[in-house]
Amino acid sequence: MAVEVLLWCIVALLAAATGAVAGSRRASTTVLVYAGGLVASTIILATVIWSLVSDAALAQTLHLPVGLPWVGAHFRLDPLSAAFLAVVNLGGATASLYGLGYGRHEPEPGRVLPFFLSFLAGMNLVVLADDAFTFLLTWEFMSLTSWALVMAHHRQSGNARAGYIYLLMASFGTLSLLLSFGLLAGSDGGYTFDAIRNSHVSSAAGAAVLALVLLGAGSKAGLVPLHVWLPLAHPAAPSHVSALMSGVMTKVAVYGFVRILFDLAGTPAWWWGAVVLLFGGASAVMGVLHALMEHDLKRLLAYHTVENIGIIFIGLGLALAFRANNMLGPAALALTAALFHVFNHSVFKSLLFFGSGAVLTATGTRDMERLGGLIHGMPFTGFAFLIGSAAISALPPFNGFVSEWLTFQAILLSPQLPQWLLKFLAPAIGALLALSAALAAACFVKAFGITFLGRPRSDVARDAREVDGFSLSAMIALVCLCLIAGILPGYFIDVLAPVAKMLVGAHLPQQTGLKWLTVVPIAESRSSYNGLLLFVLIAAAGWLAAYVIHRWASHAIRRSAIWGCGFEDSSTATQYTAGSFAQPIRRVFGTLVFRAREEIHMPSPGDSQPARMHVHLRDLLWDVLYLPVANGVAVISEFLNRVQFLTIRGYLTLVSGALVALLVVLAIWQ
Amino acid sequence: MAVILDALVQLGQLLLVLLLAPLLTGYVRKVKAHLLRRRGPPIVQPYLDLMKLLRKEVVLAHNASWIFRVAPYVIFATTWVAAALVPTFATGLVFSSAADLIAIVALLGSARFMLALAGLDVGTSFGGIGSSREMMIASLAEPAMLMIVFTLSLLAGSTQLSYVAAFMQGTDVGLRVSLAMALVSLVMVAIAENARIPIDNPATHLELTMVHEAMILEYSGRHLAVIEAAASLQLLLYLSLVLCLFAPWGVAVAGEDFTSYTVGLVVYAAKLMIGGFLLAVFETAVAKMRVFRVSDFLGIALMLGLLAMLLLFVSRGV
Repeated sequence: MAVEVLLWCIVALLAAATGAVAGSRRASTTVLVYAGGLVASTIILATVIWSLVSDAALAQTLHLPVGLPWVGAHFRLDPLSAAFLAVVNLGGATASLYGLGYGRHEPEPGRVLPFFLSFLAGMNLVVLADDAFTFLLTWEFMSLTSWALVMAHHRQSGNARAGYIYLLMASFGTLSLLLSFGLLAGSDGGYTFDAIRNSHVSSAAGAAVLALVLLGAGSKAGLVPLHVWLPLAHPAAPSHVSALMSGVMTKVAVYGFVRILFDLAGTPAWWWGAVVLLFGGASAVMGVLHALMEHDLKRLLAYHTVENIGIIFIGLGLALAFRANNMLGPAALALTAALFHVFNHSVFKSLLFFGSGAVLTATGTRDMERLGGLIHGMPFTGFAFLIGSAAISALPPFNGFVSEWLTFQAILLSPQLPQWLLKFLAPAIGALLALSAALAAACFVKAFGITFLGRPRSDVARDAREVDGFSLSAMIALVCLCLIAGILPGYFIDVLAPVAKMLVGAHLPQQTGLKWLTVVPIAESRSSYNGLLLFVLIAAAGWLAAYVIHRWASHAIRRSAIWGCGFEDSSTATQYTAGSFAQPIRRVFGTLVFRAREEIHMPSPGDSQPARMHVHLRDLLWDVLYLPVANGVAVISEFLNRVQFLTIRGYLTLVSGALVALLVVLAIWQ
Repeated sequence: MAVILDALVQLGQLLLVLLLAPLLTGYVRKVKAHLLRRRGPPIVQPYLDLMKLLRKEVVLAHNASWIFRVAPYVIFATTWVAAALVPTFATGLVFSSAADLIAIVALLGSARFMLALAGLDVGTSFGGIGSSREMMIASLAEPAMLMIVFTLSLLAGSTQLSYVAAFMQGTDVGLRVSLAMALVSLVMVAIAENARIPIDNPATHLELTMVHEAMILEYSGRHLAVIEAAASLQLLLYLSLVLCLFAPWGVAVAGEDFTSYTVGLVVYAAKLMIGGFLLAVFETAVAKMRVFRVSDFLGIALMLGLLAMLLLFVSRGV
């Protein structure tokens, strides 16, 4: 029943997308499209939440006679897909709501509207797919529609390159997934997921599957070193689409990873966990360090997606390691932490991209060095961005902290693992996780502080005004979710219990019945956290202090000029900028990671020219990993280009040479 | 009845840390003054300063936003709650299950986040310098702190402070090199987080090397008072943390009778005096370091934490 409802909603989305192509010239289409997206997403969201909570729709399947004749199209709703459908459609609903306001500023709606709806439909279909063919087809559909959205503003500089690199990486990722499904299905070619589940995979093939899935799903999710396309492509799209790509599509990639490795590939080997942990740790730290060096607001957010994907993969890697050693309780904890972070990240990343979109609407720029003081003109956006920043920096009492705390608790269980490599690796990854959390806080002090606080650095920043009500209501809804998931995490953990039960065969103890809604993942003597109590205590303490002081001490205020130790500066250029804010961290970490170099041109005394400073950063991964590949491809195509234009004699020589060579090979073979 | 008593004890702890914090600050200043052969201000001077500041009007810059006005109360409230969750004279209080050590560290992170934002709000270069350096220091201090948490949790099997303290009181701890390393690392982190010498100088003003003072340069009146109180609370918190983890003797357990609470209080006061004295001696003995050597200092703390943990693996052979 539930599957049918979902598929009808998806069909409606696709139909509306087709209609949007026809009506793209009319202004009312924008409203209709986003309203349609909102309604369809909300219906799907309500359906999957109902089926998750009521346990009614666990493992419902549906077989449609479309697609390959001997396979057809299989769809299935089980706890895992329900959980990810909830994430996808929460993002879809809020993005549609936001789009109702934001979409009005779109210069060419015909380039966005049809693809927006098909993109939503594509992501839903990937999560519902129950055979390899449907999965890959819808996966590619999702990639292509999102590529079209990245190219919506293709005339802006850099966007065409972003689209090109994205297309390359997406094709490469799909190819890897195709091969991994080929390995999983074996020689019989049973491409339904049920057949794959029942087939046995040898350990060598399993290792190859792990590598291919890491390449395929990892490149879509943005794992280091496959992340290079992400900070280019995500910011290029319109902001609500950026929110969908960063907050939701990367989660669909995580879904693919979880579906294949936890559900389809059978029992993992213990070292799988180690490999995933390494990639996760590297992504977490590299993502946030890149973000710190970034001055473009949306690109900064995109790099943070890399960081958060790293955190999610740390949780998944731990879950794999625990599961391989048959430690089901810890595996459930690590998996729940990862899945909860999937949800949390989709919430606050969407919120932050909405905020950056509002800034873009109000000022027309995403360059933080030209912003500042926006909190005066845009108080609500400022508040929403502040909450999002606190949540992504893993600060209590917001939601980001809870999932990172759960991940830490899972890491603290790693000494029980029997393998020495994992014993040493997990705490080291824990140190990286702590480092990335602390750096994320630094980065969001920068992002919020430079953009919204201080004095305006340009006229557009000074004249910025608050955005429309639809955009604001989408942001406020997500702000509420950040707080609710932070102070009442027990409910969310309980909703995830059937997913953990399905994938690792165990789940966390029920949380909602505990005294005062405390979260106790393992045992009370080990660790517990109560976000509600902390929130109430902090609110009460803050209110009490303010009340007592204003009542009995003083409440007088005098406005005056900035003190600044008596230094009167009328120029806003003397403020700290994003670049100067990150300078201490660049000196500590950047020299090692980015080969950061500062070049200072100081004019000679008496010369009235301004002094100039240039910072040179190198992306070592790009230089070491991608440039050689690109150069190799260039050399080969140069050679092939020459082969293409030979004289007739040349061709004859080539053909006969090839023939002789083949015969020689054949002769030796025999 | 027992519930009410427990709640009262927890309330007492809340008030105790609030009232004791300025005294500790005044005491450390007094000892430092004596070590420098000055007479120094009276021990109660921080209280008098706070009272004076609270009565004064607030001078706000024209472009100060609501963040600037709300931040002091948020900082104060989070620090106060965090300080009240660290066991002082008794363990296992009612609220102790609300946050483990990781959450307490994160609560202090929330306070620091707001403080750094407040430093950027008005848009002066001093505020920016303070905020950016504070976040750099924090980005190194927090992982070091987490390593200490890992070490303790490996030993005690818990991140909950009451349980760790109970474990450390027990007999099966023994003398461990790991614990010594963790202690040194924790002290280094505490020095950095509290803006003490050699990282930052709490007595300085108008120096290009200052961090904490630079962020709060624009604050005045009651806002400044609240922030100063929060700083005192944080110092008390870290000292209590060191005491609770590495010197948990004489601490009462919730539910015991009145005498053991009294004993716990007296012992706690004595331990605070010793701890404060050692801090003052240390601060007088060392010189402040350049900002960019801070990373070396905290890097050592981080390495000590890591080593402590690895050594534990090796020595226990788990």
